[in-house]
Amino acid sequence: MLTVDNLEKTYDSGDKALKGVSFEVSGNEIVAIIGPSGAGKSTLVRSINRLTEPTAGRVSLDDTEVTGLDKSALRDVRRDMGMIFQEFNLVERLTVMENILSGRLGYLSTWNAFRRNFPPEDIKRAREILSRVNLEGVENNRADELSGGQRQRVGIARAVIQRPKILLADEPTSALDPDTSREVMSLLTDIAHEDDIPIIINIHEVDLAVDYADRIIGLSDGEIVFNGPPDDLDQAARDKIYRGGESIADREGPSAGSSTDSDDVIAERGD
Amino acid sequence: MSNSTDSWSRFDRRERLLRFFGLLAGLVILVAAWRAMEVNYGYAVTAPRELADLFGRMYPPNVGYSRKIVGPLLETINISILGTALAIVMAIPVAFLGASNTAPNKPAYLLGKFIISFTRSVNVIIWALIFVVIFGPGALAGVLAISIRSIGFTAKLIAEAIEEIDRGSVEAITAAGASPVDVLIYSIVPQIKPAFISVATLRWDINVRASTIIGFVGAGGIGVPLQTEINYFNWEAVLTILISILGLVLISEAISAYLRKKVM
Amino acid sequence: MAAESGSAVEGSWERPTVFYNKKVKYLIYGLILLFFAYSFWNLRISPSRFVRGIGAGVELVTSMLPPAYTPSQRELLIQGIVESIVMTIVATTIGIIVSVPVAIMASNNLSPKPVYYVGRSIVAVTRSLHELIVAIIMVKAVGFGPLAGVLALAFKTIGFFAKLLAEEIEDIDRGQMEAITAVGGTPVQTYLYGVLPQVMPRIIGLSIYRLDINLRHSTVVGIVGAGGIGITLLNSFDKYDYQFSMAIIAVIVAIVMVGEGVSALARRRIQ
Ligand SMILES: Nc1ncnc2c1ncn2[C@@H]1O[C@H](COP(=O)(O)OP(=O)(O)OP(=O)(O)O)[C@@H](O)[C@H]1O
Ligand SMILES: [Mg+2]
Repeated sequence: MLTVDNLEKTYDSGDKALKGVSFEVSGNEIVAIIGPSGAGKSTLVRSINRLTEPTAGRVSLDDTEVTGLDKSALRDVRRDMGMIFQEFNLVERLTVMENILSGRLGYLSTWNAFRRNFPPEDIKRAREILSRVNLEGVENNRADELSGGQRQRVGIARAVIQRPKILLADEPTSALDPDTSREVMSLLTDIAHEDDIPIIINIHEVDLAVDYADRIIGLSDGEIVFNGPPDDLDQAARDKIYRGGESIADREGPSAGSSTDSDDVIAERGD
Repeated sequence: MSNSTDSWSRFDRRERLLRFFGLLAGLVILVAAWRAMEVNYGYAVTAPRELADLFGRMYPPNVGYSRKIVGPLLETINISILGTALAIVMAIPVAFLGASNTAPNKPAYLLGKFIISFTRSVNVIIWALIFVVIFGPGALAGVLAISIRSIGFTAKLIAEAIEEIDRGSVEAITAAGASPVDVLIYSIVPQIKPAFISVATLRWDINVRASTIIGFVGAGGIGVPLQTEINYFNWEAVLTILISILGLVLISEAISAYLRKKVM
Repeated sequence: MAAESGSAVEGSWERPTVFYNKKVKYLIYGLILLFFAYSFWNLRISPSRFVRGIGAGVELVTSMLPPAYTPSQRELLIQGIVESIVMTIVATTIGIIVSVPVAIMASNNLSPKPVYYVGRSIVAVTRSLHELIVAIIMVKAVGFGPLAGVLALAFKTIGFFAKLLAEEIEDIDRGQMEAITAVGGTPVQTYLYGVLPQVMPRIIGLSIYRLDINLRHSTVVGIVGAGGIGITLLNSFDKYDYQFSMAIIAVIVAIVMVGEGVSALARRRIQ
């Protein structure tokens, strides 16, 4: 179980990206984090494995408090968190196999890493995962020879081979076309169910979030303004996430009334 | 405007004046420079004839002599390869210092930059002079001269490659719990490898040329017999050596170009 | 790929190599190692010699510091530097003037095949020989002094300048040239109005660049007697006057750096 407790992040530039965010994720739940650009979605997932160092608050994975670990202990806990990136972040000049196996580097001695000497069970597992993500036959291709969708599946394979306790994905579909995006999303949901791990996915497209997520967290200006099942994400909630509470009616009607009655207007729209 | 319809000029008046005076100043400098050389016109006038005469005496090349230069030629190649290899070994840490994204701190970065520009500013023959004083005449001095001279060039280009590294895969591998050394092996090294190989072969090509002349100050290679034969006016032997150098340089250039194309 | 179906192979994977196979790869590595061993032996590079050298190096460095010169040496230094600069200017001018026709000869779009090959050969020969080799020959031909240096530098300028200018000429827009020919321009007019304007910026850029390179070379051709500060440097080494050597080297480094800076600045201004 992942617990995020009152997490804050203020960048050196003074940007307050997270202003006390708390939530929990467990089981094999798929949690989509949505919110406008600059809301702090990336900052949030990156703070969980401390690629971005949070300034206050706590993150715990099961019984381990991630915030406050020293470097080597942090490396150990990172092995339990797989991460998937918007731009795939593969080593372009290495083969697919090497990219996938790089997910096991946390378990390898430096000398063995240098010799690229991975244990047979890792390689066996890499082959299994390759077929799981539908990439049989390309293990010897260089990553830069693949299409975007294929690359993202390599990225997913790299995270899965870690045998993580949780997957973190920062806009895994933003660089892909709509069809490929859906493929990737259903692959991720399959993994969550088969491996019985939760996934936190940052996502821009609300439709994808609604279709695939078990729960949606709406982030606006560094704060959680929605946290519930997709069914509850009505227009009011969407407005709150994307327009800071200002409804469409507020904008459209020049004489739509003051902000005090905006709730009524929203209620009337129903949706 | 003084522009009438039947005259046209590309530049307006001020610009024309500027150009005129610029050209004039250039000419004055050139003439002054020529006079400052205090050239003996006797020599200058006969120079073309002397040169023609010289090449006349060089021809035909002394084919029998070519047996004697096999050793020095091999030594030249050896010096260029060892010098380049040593340069790269020394250039790698300098490159990591001189790259803004890997330098540990500002003073280290400046040190890296200083080493890069200093080693580049001193000509290889001067380095050869210095190392001949230190290690005595021979190829060792040549190897060191070549390698020190090459640090700046190689480190600069490798540093540029390091600065262009995609941070994404560095981050991804870090996120999987890998150590900084693992990140170096798995992400940084593969990314700079092509630049690395092309810099190495390019520099080797340059160093082959340099290795042909460090013999003039006693630092080994084909330059040693070349200087001797010139001093003894053995022009036919000189031409043999020059042709062999030409061949060596052209071959190394071809090899270097082939290797660079291959890693792209 | 029958070998891949066995269960033993499932747990192993071999990275495809650029070499034919693993054996060839190790063979090549072995050969490279062997070559280095041979080179070390051949060059009589031994640890003891190295250690002795380090002692001598420390001694040399201490005897070089601080750099110093007597008043008469100061005269020599100034004279040498002035001579180097003067040689640079004259040689660059002569070199460029000669280079332009050679460049036209060596560009395949302006010259018939036989002329083209002659041009290319001139470029190849002038490029391949090191400036000091050319200088030492020029000294024998025209005697000690700056004239030999000027000839050597001008010779080397041709290889550089004509090659790069020819490449530029090969990229020109033929239309502009043909337009001049079409209205009855003579070949000279065609070059002047159809070719020159197109390559003029490149000529200026290359001239400044070459001025910088020639300045560097002018400081060393004196080592073989071809004028400039180089001869002063060589003499100081021969007289074991290392403090003066150091002073000369420092001045050379300063001049080269200033030259490089000015050249870079000028080229940027022009673009
Ligand atoms: N490295 C950084 N340094 C300074 N400020 C940053 C940095 N990264 C993000 N920010 C700021 O923090 C805030 C949140 O950014 P973040 O990238 O987390 O948003 P996001 O929700 O992921 O946006 P997007 O949808 O555009 O990816 C923004 O105001 C951003 O400008
Ligand atoms: Mg983001």
